[in-house]
Amino acid sequence: MPVYKVNVLIENKPYISDPEGDTILKDLVLKGGYHQVRSIRVAKMLKVEVEAKSAEDAREMVRRMCDELRLYNPMLSICKVE
Amino acid sequence: MPIRIGIVVFPGSNCDRDIYHVLKNIMHVDAEFIWHKREDLNGYYDAIVIPGGFAYADRLRAGVIAAFSPVMKAVKRLARDGLPVLGICNGFQILVESGLLPGAFMRNDSLTFTCRWTRLRLDVDGSRTPFTLLLERGMRLNIPVANQEGKYYVDEDTLREMERNEQIVFRYEDNPNGSLNDIGGVCNVEGNVLGMMPHPERACEIMLTPQYMHNNSTLLHGYGDGIVIFRSLISYLYGKGEHP
Repeated sequence: MPVYKVNVLIENKPYISDPEGDTILKDLVLKGGYHQVRSIRVAKMLKVEVEAKSAEDAREMVRRMCDELRLYNPMLSICKVE
Repeated sequence: MPIRIGIVVFPGSNCDRDIYHVLKNIMHVDAEFIWHKREDLNGYYDAIVIPGGFAYADRLRAGVIAAFSPVMKAVKRLARDGLPVLGICNGFQILVESGLLPGAFMRNDSLTFTCRWTRLRLDVDGSRTPFTLLLERGMRLNIPVANQEGKYYVDEDTLREMERNEQIVFRYEDNPNGSLNDIGGVCNVEGNVLGMMPHPERACEIMLTPQYMHNNSTLLHGYGDGIVIFRSLISYLYGKGEHP
């Protein structure tokens, strides 16, 4: 079976505060002169390689895995499978 | 039968021996370590403690990998049967990730590991959980926290439900990590499962408690405030009458 690469992006919901992103923005980026930057949010990406019949099957399996094994916490985060 | 309390040990647990010391040498009850690969706990233990530490090095998210271990399947069964289960710090995170308690944990507002004394207020009647039995609503306890992902969060609907059900057991008077509504400890609806961020096992002996944190209550005289959590549990277990 072919191997597909699937990216899982886990990020906090927009209304959840992100002190790490805020610190990067305020204490590094803005102080470093990049005043056009409006916001920075920190996220986590898992790069998954998976055997599947098709790219669609691969994404579906990874999605199921993320939900079932709580790779993200649904109370805090959203999870995009690409 | 003497009281026997099981202490769950994951790779990365580091407060297991402190709890063992308190149970064995101060409370004088039987305590045993339970390696995380065990699944056959039925009938062996009167209560379970999930200690603090960094199970699986907090990889992915504090507590999530431990929540899927064999021992947690057994702990979930025991908890549903009404056995008292206490999760401290990382143990609280594991209880949340395994679905035994509501909520989620985030990194502290400070983004740093925070280790300091805090003052907790009991916000329910003492009889709400086996671990608070000897306390009265509104009593304060001085107990230290030590965490990096200690900021408790819960969505609004769940929070309302928890408040209605009297599940917010402890609140900080000096919130050390940015927890929502100063929440420092919560229980399940039934009350037999308690999770708390501060470490009572580190505050049981007077010599481990700074002078300015000494409590003059007759209940605790000569001990640190954390002892009341373990004394309550033992009183509860004796009170059930299963242990003459």
